[in-house]
Amino acid sequence: MSGERLDGLSVRDVRVSFDGFTAVDGVCMEVPAGDIRFLIGPNGAGKTTLVDAITGLVGATGSVRFGDEELLGRPVHRISRLGIGRTFQTSSVFEELSVLQNLDIAAGARRSWATLARRRRGVPDEIAAALETIGLTEQAGNLAGTLAHGQKQWLEIGMLLVQDARLLLLDEPVAGMSHEERDATGALLETLSRDRTVVVIEHDMDFLRRFARSVTVLHAGRVLSEGTVTQVQADPRVQEVYLGHPVDAGSARTGREA
Amino acid sequence: MTAVTPAPPAVRPAPVDAVPPDRPAGRARLRTAAGFAFGAALLFAVAPLMLSDFRLALLAKYLCVAMVAVGIGIAWGRGGMLTLGQGVFFGLGGYAMAMHLKLADAGPGGMPDFMQLYGQLDELPLWWRPFASPWFALPATVLLPMAVAFGLGSLVFRRRVRGAYFAILSQALAAAMVILLIGQQGTTGGTNGLTDIKGFFGYDLDDPVNQRMVYFIIAGTLLALLALTRQLIHSRYGELLVAVRDGEERVRFLGYDPASVKLVAYVVAAGMAGLAGALFVPAVGIISPALIGIVPSIEFVIGVAVGGRATVLGPVLGAVAVAWARTALSERFPGTWTYLQGLLFVVVVAFLPGGLASLWSLARRRDVGAQPARRRWLSLGRRRVERTEVPAA
Ligand SMILES: Nc1ncnc2c1ncn2[C@@H]1O[C@H](COP(=O)(O)OP(=O)(O)O)[C@@H](O)[C@H]1O
Ligand SMILES: [Mg+2]
Repeated sequence: MSGERLDGLSVRDVRVSFDGFTAVDGVCMEVPAGDIRFLIGPNGAGKTTLVDAITGLVGATGSVRFGDEELLGRPVHRISRLGIGRTFQTSSVFEELSVLQNLDIAAGARRSWATLARRRRGVPDEIAAALETIGLTEQAGNLAGTLAHGQKQWLEIGMLLVQDARLLLLDEPVAGMSHEERDATGALLETLSRDRTVVVIEHDMDFLRRFARSVTVLHAGRVLSEGTVTQVQADPRVQEVYLGHPVDAGSARTGREA
Repeated sequence: MTAVTPAPPAVRPAPVDAVPPDRPAGRARLRTAAGFAFGAALLFAVAPLMLSDFRLALLAKYLCVAMVAVGIGIAWGRGGMLTLGQGVFFGLGGYAMAMHLKLADAGPGGMPDFMQLYGQLDELPLWWRPFASPWFALPATVLLPMAVAFGLGSLVFRRRVRGAYFAILSQALAAAMVILLIGQQGTTGGTNGLTDIKGFFGYDLDDPVNQRMVYFIIAGTLLALLALTRQLIHSRYGELLVAVRDGEERVRFLGYDPASVKLVAYVVAAGMAGLAGALFVPAVGIISPALIGIVPSIEFVIGVAVGGRATVLGPVLGAVAVAWARTALSERFPGTWTYLQGLLFVVVVAFLPGGLASLWSLARRRDVGAQPARRRWLSLGRRRVERTEVPAA
C-alpha cells in the first residue's frame, strides 16, 4: 500500500504574497527521502502558508519538486495524485460519513466512474490495514463526527495512508492531544517514515525533541535556521526569536510557545 | 448416515467484515423492498380505486413535481447545490414533449394552431422540425436538459461558483428562459405556452381511460427514479457526493476534482426534471412560462426542504404534500397561500433543517449523510479548511 519509491522534497526560493504582504519570503528547504522534518516558528511565521503553496492551495513563485516532479503551477487535485497528502490545522474529516467511508473516499481518487457507480462491498484490504494502523478498527462504522479529537487526527493520517501519499505534510497533528495520544502519534510517524517522507508543523517542543530527525525554523517568512534538534536549539538566533529569550540548549522547557 | 450423496459443496462463509458494517445490508434491503412494494400498492391500487378521475389527474400532476423534487434531493440534499432554477429543465422537457404532441395533433405537414394565429408563419420554423419525430423528441425531453445542465455546470463548478451565488445564478437562468419564451411568441406560444394538447401518441387525452394510463406511466416512472436514486445514494459516488457537499476543498486534497463530482449530480437532477416536464404535459395538457419560471422553481425547492432534502423519500412526500396543500388552501383562502408557503419554508429551515423525514430518522438510528447540519442549508457555512489561529502581532 505504500509508495514504491522514496522521494525527497526540494523547496527553492518559494515566495507567497497576499496583497503586497509577503507571507513566505524566499524559502529554500531540502527534505531528504524518509526524513521526519519538523517545521517550527512563531505564529504567523508562514508555516501553514508554505504547506499551502506546496499543495497548490495558494499560488507561489519559485520551485517545489517532489522527486522529479515540479509541483508549483499544478491544480490541487493533480498535486495530490502525485502522492502528496496533507492534513489541516483544524480537523477536516467528513463528519456526516462513517470512518470507513472517509477512508474509502480517500483511497478512491483513481477509481473509474464504473467503480464509483457501484456500492462498496465489505472492507478493502488496504483500508482494513489502515484502520489497524490508526487504531480505529472498532470505530469503523461510526460517524466520523462522533470521534474524539485525537481519533479524528488519526483518521486524517489514515486517509493519507490509503491515499498512497508518499509525502505527508501534517499541520499541527498533535495539538489538543493528551500525552498518551501524542506518544502514539509519534510512534505512528516513525512507522510511516520508513517508506514515506514526513513534514510536521508542530509547536510542542517536547514532542519535537522526541520525534524530529531534522528541524527547519521559519521566522517572518524566511528560514532562520536548519539542522538537527540539538543544532537548532543551540542556535542563538533561534533562541532569541523563537523562544523569546536565550535559553540553554537541551533545557527541559516544554509546552507551547506563544 | 453414510456418505452416499456427495457432500454439498463447501459453502464459503460470507466474508466477515473485520469491522462492524455501517449498514446492516440484508435487513436494509428487505426494508427497501417492502417500502417499494408498499409505495407501488399505494400508487397503483389504492389511489386509482379511491380517487375520482379529477383527483387522480391532480395526483398525476403532483407526482411530476415529485420527480423534480427527487432530482433536487440529489443535487441539493446530497450535493449541496441549491438549485433554484429546476424550472428551466422541467420546461425544456415539457416544451420538447409539447412540441411533438402539437405537431402530431396537427398531422403530417400541419402546423400548430397558434403559429398561424400570432406568428403569421406560413411554414414550420426549422428548429421545430426534428420534434415531429418521436425518435428525436422523446430522447430530447431528457437529453436536452441534461446537455444544458452539463454546459452550465461545466462553466460554473470549475469556477467554484457555489452557495448563494450558485442559487442566484440558477434562478437568473429560470428568469432568462421565461423572457426568451415570451419574447418569441410566434414560435413558442408566448405567455400562453403550448396549450390544447389533444392526443398522446394516438391516444385521446380527453378520454378518462387514457388519462388513467398517463397516471400509471407517471407513477411507474417515479418509482423507477426512486430506485435509481437509492442506488446512486448508496454507491461510492453517493458517498463521495456527500463528502463534496461537506468539504469540497478537502476532497480536492484527496485527489478528486469536485467540479466533476458535482456536475454528475446536477446533470442527473436536470434529466429527472426534464422527464417530469415531459410527463407533465400529457397529464395537464399544457406547458407555459408561468409553469417553469422563478416561482414554480422555488416551489419545487420548498417541497424538498419540507420533506427532507437529504433522504430518498423526503423530497417526494414533501413535494406532494406541499402541492396538495397549495391546491386545498388556495381554493379556500385565495391569496394567503403564498404567505403560508413562505412561512412553512422558514419554519422548516429554522427548526427542522432535515425536513419532515428527519423526524423519522431522529427517532431511529441516524442515517449516514442524511442530516445536513442547519448551518449548511445554503452551503454558506461550508467548513473552510483554512487556518483558524490568530497570528501573533
Ligand atoms: N489567505 C491569506 N490572506 C492574507 N494573509 C494571509 C493569508 N493566509 C495567511 N496569511 C498571513 O500570512 C502569515 C503567515 O500565516 P501562516 O502561514 O498561517 O502562519 P503559521 O502557520 O506559521 O502560524 C500571517 O501573517 C497570516 O496573517
Ligand atoms: Mg499555521
